[in-house]
Amino acid sequence: MTDRPHLAVIGAGPAGLAATVAAAAHGVRVTLIDSAARAGGQFYRQTAAALHAGRPQALHHQWRTWERLRDGLEAHVRADRTVHLTDHHVWLVDRQLNHFTVHALLGPEQETPVEVRADAVLLATGGYEKVLPFPGWTLPGVLTAGGAQAMLKGTLAVSGRTAVVAGTGPLLLPVATGLAEAGVDVAALVESADPKAFLRRTRALAAQPGKVVEGAQYAAQLLRHRVKLLTRHTVVEAHGDERLEAVTVAALDTDGRVRPGTGRRIACDTLAVGHGMLPHTDLAETLGCRLDGLDVQVDDEQRTDVPGVWAAGETTGIGGAALSLAEGHIAGRSAAARLHGTEPDPRTWATAAKSRTRLGEFFAALDTVYAPPARWADLVTDDTVVCRCEEVTGGAIREAVDGLGAGDVRTVKLLTRAGMGWCQGRMCEPAVAGLAGCELTASRRPFARPVPLGVLARAGEAESEAESEAEAEAESD
Amino acid sequence: MSSPLDLAEAHPGPAFTVTLDGREIEALPGQTVAAALWAAGVTSWRTTRGEGRPRGVFCGIGICYDCLVTVNARPNQRACLVPLHPGDAIRTQEGTGHDD
Repeated sequence: MTDRPHLAVIGAGPAGLAATVAAAAHGVRVTLIDSAARAGGQFYRQTAAALHAGRPQALHHQWRTWERLRDGLEAHVRADRTVHLTDHHVWLVDRQLNHFTVHALLGPEQETPVEVRADAVLLATGGYEKVLPFPGWTLPGVLTAGGAQAMLKGTLAVSGRTAVVAGTGPLLLPVATGLAEAGVDVAALVESADPKAFLRRTRALAAQPGKVVEGAQYAAQLLRHRVKLLTRHTVVEAHGDERLEAVTVAALDTDGRVRPGTGRRIACDTLAVGHGMLPHTDLAETLGCRLDGLDVQVDDEQRTDVPGVWAAGETTGIGGAALSLAEGHIAGRSAAARLHGTEPDPRTWATAAKSRTRLGEFFAALDTVYAPPARWADLVTDDTVVCRCEEVTGGAIREAVDGLGAGDVRTVKLLTRAGMGWCQGRMCEPAVAGLAGCELTASRRPFARPVPLGVLARAGEAESEAESEAEAEAESD
Repeated sequence: MSSPLDLAEAHPGPAFTVTLDGREIEALPGQTVAAALWAAGVTSWRTTRGEGRPRGVFCGIGICYDCLVTVNARPNQRACLVPLHPGDAIRTQEGTGHDD
């Protein structure tokens, strides 16, 4: 199989899996590189194998689709058309004259370097959750909604007995129902938007009857578990000393301000909170791919503007698993054709293209409904920690903006250290941008994750030796 | 349904022992440090460098680095990612984890 063109797919979620299966089926050698121990990404995050879950589908949606993807991947791996590298944490993709080198760190300790050389790269790096700060959000027991779901799916763990699920967006529904099914008492689902607004967008809804049914199923589950649904409400504060003990929620007016006198306290030991999703674009950016806002820009074939680099799934814009599948399928087929030096025929992916269009419209409509409350920044007091890593407060950021004239995230970062810690601003950036009154733009990070200095120093050594040999050969010809 | 293990009909192998600051706790095969600590009723296992405030799991997927912990004398491991093995020694960590 070594004479086949070689595609490196980064990320084994819905987009990466669909792309791998499509490309491998069309004569391409694929190396699927993923940081998890098992394929699936966040949406199909698998329970650790050693827990021997007899009914893992109890925690999942669209399990049959997952089975098809998993079986497809396994068949290609068995037939030696695909290699699936697990526990590989990619920190950089390097583009040379006629190939790419994917640099990864191996294993949970992420110290052993691995390099994969490929003719083309497909980025299916997904997204991560956006959380806006409020007093008490750093207390143990407060975690992201997706984090609560990941702990539940991956290790069958819940942190307490009584939870509140809060924030905005469609993810809150499966998180609340998942926790309730798993035996947690979900005291309330607190949604800051008014989902009724969604009903006014009948065109987008009518095009996605499946999504309407999904919504109705969640509503029924919430009812069955007696989860109180509070719409146009927000969490104002999380209370506790060493860990979470309660939250105060309050109603919002039409301008997104907290309505005075509406606050009520709900006792809970877990708060799962999220305000939407952000795409992972670090690898795309270091490759020089053009972004459209926060999303990697792609054409109809899912090609970025950098030759040899495709992108699919949430890295090109947040839109859920079904959209990721469609994009991944198209990207895999396009990459296969182009790697064979042929022009792809879009008619071969007409169904996927149609669902990509419809789902794109659906999520555009969803975006206009599920937005964080307009005045969320009013809740950030001067002593609320905004940058969790560097413990930079709302007051320090306001001082940088109002007192020192910082007008963008970068200047606030230089003046306050917000975003300079371990997570490199992934958690605080939306909040810092909001408090500074500027647009959230994609930030340039030279590496997608921390890299040991020794690994960094050695990276490219083997590569440059091979290249100088190749150059020497070329010169002697 | 009373627990996630019941819900997923999980049949993990026998529990094994690890230590948290010298105290024995039980862990199941396949559990990460964070999952085992949660199961033992522990939700915070580090204090911050600046204010000494308690922290535990936040993002759950390795992005936020809030759940840092010392495992087998290696500081700053992400508890949500690191799987446990019999006999592992977990230590709560203060600040950078290098002064303990």
